Amino acid sequence: MTHALKDQSCIVGVGETAFVRGAGRTVLSQVAEACSRAIADAGLVPSQVDGLVLSGTKVFGEAVAATIGLNDLTYTASVHLGGANPVAALQSAAMAVTTGVATAVLVPYGWNGYSETRISRREEDGAAAAQDAGPVAGDDTMSQAVLNAYAPTGVFGPVQFYSWLATRHSELYGITAEHTAEIALLSRANAQSNPKAYMQGRPLTFEDYMASPMISSPLRMYDCCLETDGACAVVVTSAERAADALHTPVYISGVAEGHPFPADDFESRADIADIGLKRAAPRAFAMADVSVADLDFAQIYDCFTYVVLLQLEALGLCGTGEVGDYVSGGRLRIDGELPINTHGGLHSEAHVESLNHIVEAVRQLRHEADLQVEGCEVGLVTGWGNFAEGSAAILRR
Amino acid sequence: MTNEPTAAARPIPRGEGFWGEFFAFCKQGELRFQRCSQCGIWRHMPRDGCRSCGSTQWAWERSSGFGHVYTWTVTHRTLHPGFAEDVPYAAVIAELDEGVRITAMADGIDADDLQLGLPVRVIVREDGSYRIASR
Repeated sequence: MTHALKDQSCIVGVGETAFVRGAGRTVLSQVAEACSRAIADAGLVPSQVDGLVLSGTKVFGEAVAATIGLNDLTYTASVHLGGANPVAALQSAAMAVTTGVATAVLVPYGWNGYSETRISRREEDGAAAAQDAGPVAGDDTMSQAVLNAYAPTGVFGPVQFYSWLATRHSELYGITAEHTAEIALLSRANAQSNPKAYMQGRPLTFEDYMASPMISSPLRMYDCCLETDGACAVVVTSAERAADALHTPVYISGVAEGHPFPADDFESRADIADIGLKRAAPRAFAMADVSVADLDFAQIYDCFTYVVLLQLEALGLCGTGEVGDYVSGGRLRIDGELPINTHGGLHSEAHVESLNHIVEAVRQLRHEADLQVEGCEVGLVTGWGNFAEGSAAILRR
Repeated sequence: MTNEPTAAARPIPRGEGFWGEFFAFCKQGELRFQRCSQCGIWRHMPRDGCRSCGSTQWAWERSSGFGHVYTWTVTHRTLHPGFAEDVPYAAVIAELDEGVRITAMADGIDADDLQLGLPVRVIVREDGSYRIASR
């Protein structure tokens, strides 16, 4: 039976701010700018937007609405999957416009990831961090495990949490630095064609990668994504309304979220490799009624290189333990079998959770991308966050 | 590598509720975990109910502390000043014979010797903190 949400909604507008280190303004200001651009890109005016789905709590919906003029919202919600938020938010937006609860839903995200919440500078915060929860203070889904179990062992941040997954996987399956480097290198290579990319003009070599300092094994500095300030937003409407959009509508063919169990604690999972995407991906592919062979590109959440490798397996692009061979030979490069992170990703464009991946996927499917995958029809976006929550969206033109 | 306390303040577990009870046992030198009274499954981190059968009947039972290495990471750049003098240090997840897993810093295990399945034991120290050592 056809899924009730399949192809019933479209992304009709995208917008973003500049991606910088040191925006010098509030998150709200940047989110508002991205929202206004997305609404204009959709050919709408703010009063026509009646839905707002937020990712986390970086800004309040009431403030966003008051700033840009969303004067009669019929639907508001927020999702809580960390970096997997924006893709999961598409599911909520799709439900809202398909059921008629709202007609045009804005999905924004922004943060001052460099100038305010920068995790890699946490050690300079000294006493404040010592007495508080570390990088995830206030994030209740994770705070009990971090405060009581991880922080006393010197573990505070994602680079350490995810290294637990990476160490076990690499020991079991022989994954090496050559394999993780491929993700860092292809991201940086793709970013050279993207004027918005923070790392445009700064190429990266394998030697640079290997020379970068180990942060928490097996992850080196260049296994870690950027920390940047910036915001993005997209507008979702019903497919029917999308016919009036300014640009080629991009259909949400499949969308799903997946949660590891338990989601608030890594070590008590039956298998620590039980990442959310393993549950989300089959649901999204079934809804869209496509297989991985149908994908023309994929934007894979790349907070860390190894997280990309784990997701490639979870998507079923290769078997468990086979991702080392899979990423070798240029398969994921722009001229390869399945180009990924064509904008440079979180590694080389900017870290706007998965929302800049969604914006890039839309531009690819409109055939307006800086580094265009020629003739692409179907693409995938994934999200990953918190303790390996997952989300996936299959988009088509 | 050794992981003795350093000068800068380390974060102290907030230790509310069941976590407080867990740490109180540690301070008595006892490693205890919740065990479901209905289905017998051990659990950690502590919770109100059993994720397998849903029962809220349980008891704190003493663990042997014996197990093996499940995974680890060796941190070279700490994210907290309280651990600045410890780098590089290994944060190990050990799977204990009772089936629970526990996270702790390695004590007396060279990072190069860490491997999946390495037999280890949990050592509870006088201050109630605990480490993972080889056995």
